[in-house]
Amino acid sequence: MYEGIVQDLIDELGRLPGIGPKSAQRIAFHLVQTDPADVARLSQILADVKDKIRFCDLCGNVAEAPRCRICGDSRRDSSAICVVEEPKDVAAVERTREFRGLYHVLGGAISPMDGIGPEDLRIRELLSRLADGGVTEVIIATDPNISGEATATYLTRTLAPLGLRVTRLASGLPVGVTWNTLMR
Amino acid sequence: MHVRHLSLVDFRSYAVAELPLAPGVTTIMGLNGQGKTNLVEALGYVATLGSHRVATDQPLVRFGASQAVIRAVVVRHDRETLIELEITPGKANRAKIARSTVSRTRDVLGTLRTVLFAPEDLALVKGDPAGRRAFLDDLLVARQPRWAGVRQDYDRILKQRNALLKQSAAALRGAGGGAGGGPRGRSSGQRHQAEPDSSQASALHTLDVWNTHLADVGSQLLYARLRLLRDLTPLLAAAYEEVSASQATTTATYRASLSEPLSAAIAAGAVPEVEQVRAGLLDAFEEHRRAEVERGVSLVGPHRDDVQLALGPLPAKGYASHGEAWSLALGLKLAAYQLLRRDLGDDPVLVLDDVFAELDTERRERLAALVSDCEQVLVTAAVGADVPDRLRARGVTYMVTLGEVTRVD
Ligand SMILES: Nc1ncnc2c1ncn2[C@@H]1O[C@H](COP(=O)(O)OP(=O)(O)O)[C@@H](O)[C@H]1O
Ligand SMILES: [Mg+2]
Repeated sequence: MYEGIVQDLIDELGRLPGIGPKSAQRIAFHLVQTDPADVARLSQILADVKDKIRFCDLCGNVAEAPRCRICGDSRRDSSAICVVEEPKDVAAVERTREFRGLYHVLGGAISPMDGIGPEDLRIRELLSRLADGGVTEVIIATDPNISGEATATYLTRTLAPLGLRVTRLASGLPVGVTWNTLMR
Repeated sequence: MHVRHLSLVDFRSYAVAELPLAPGVTTIMGLNGQGKTNLVEALGYVATLGSHRVATDQPLVRFGASQAVIRAVVVRHDRETLIELEITPGKANRAKIARSTVSRTRDVLGTLRTVLFAPEDLALVKGDPAGRRAFLDDLLVARQPRWAGVRQDYDRILKQRNALLKQSAAALRGAGGGAGGGPRGRSSGQRHQAEPDSSQASALHTLDVWNTHLADVGSQLLYARLRLLRDLTPLLAAAYEEVSASQATTTATYRASLSEPLSAAIAAGAVPEVEQVRAGLLDAFEEHRRAEVERGVSLVGPHRDDVQLALGPLPAKGYASHGEAWSLALGLKLAAYQLLRRDLGDDPVLVLDDVFAELDTERRERLAALVSDCEQVLVTAAVGADVPDRLRARGVTYMVTLGEVTRVD
């Protein structure tokens, strides 16, 4: 335990994903000793992020405008949608440069243990994107774990009556290979 | 195979321990509570990544320390492999094979195979079904390490399904009324979400998804258990006869939580195809849905099954004498040993922890004769006189006192 505000900082940092008590302590003391200008820049970015970043109205990816960069790009193939769990998964698929379509971010995966059911995911939004018939192919790229697989099964069944081409992509596999083989 | 060296750091009662081992028999002597079982428990951990005594890692780390290390040099077909395990409760354990870190500790499974027999194993005969299921599943993993993953997946899916049953009880109960009908295809295909009773439909639709996944993995597990039991049964009969010198026939009947007629066929010794087992599981989920929702737990599946052991016409549990129960428990372990030996074309390491004290003189002698051709046997005992001389004569004896191991000649 440290004096008031230092401990507050450690506690806040410790709340972040992937940062345990030891890392939180290390980062806190680093910040305390860092040049004030550097800390000011960091705190400005933190404030801006919450001000400027929002979620794309269409796909749910992080964006700085009502539409994200990808949804706003007219060169993308709007007949294919790749469904992922989180915005970070969009970035992962983008890095492969194999997919030219659009995305749909669910905001998680079905996990009753964490109290997350299909109604807590952006599935309704996905269905309304598919309603006008412009999309002919959906690629499900949820994580290759128990929750991701259950979500994929749920989606596959939910989408089945729509007569789309629905494929499953396991995002944990060496991505380049998988994309090449699956996308033919 | 055999273990040439075992070394421990902060494992159980040992700050450090170095135990050179060799093929043949190693006898570990010491009064009760001195740390004999702790040594063989460490060896078992290298083989199974778990303890035969406790379900969590915390008690394995020496009190006051934060991490335990086990190192074992395993020799198989003249090739040595060093396995190193760091057990750190609250964090991910780490493993090295031949000095390089493996990405998943699970990759260690398969390097060392052990069969351990301890007084606790009497529960295989007299105790709850969970112990018998674990015996089968542990043996599956020892035969083929990939079953560790299947088993883990099954447990995870089961937990998710139980959570769903608990949470959605109200919604599911309301919808459980009509017979069959299948939850599929109601709100699912509609482009506009159904409004009023959508929580019911959605809960059913989700349950159906978990049913599929539980049946996929559960059918593999169940099928594998049935095949294992089929292979094991004749070996059990032979081992029991040798240990007990009795003619009583042993039977091991798999009691599946599936519906008839599949359950009866399985009990009669049939091994249906995986696809049939899968369909059987899905049917059983449908049939038990109301009860499952009411109780908020999964009532069918391999996690509810049992293996009923019998001697002659009588079930062993509740009927077998103390001596018979011991012979049967020992028979199960020796059968597992024979099965692995046959599969691998190589001997697993046999550990007999504190068992000679429990057997009468005749059974002791027969057991000693039975294990005489095993590549490596580790025997622990509090009283030296309990271990037949012919066994002790085959190797070295260590004395354990208060966490110190010394060789006696
Ligand atoms: N995590 C631990 N830290 C320190 N001592 C332990 C730990 N776990 C068990 N022990 C001690 O080890 C002893 C039991 O050792 P064990 O090998 O079971 O004895 P035995 O020789 O009878 O087989 C007990 O005295 C117990 O207090
Ligand atoms: Mg003991």
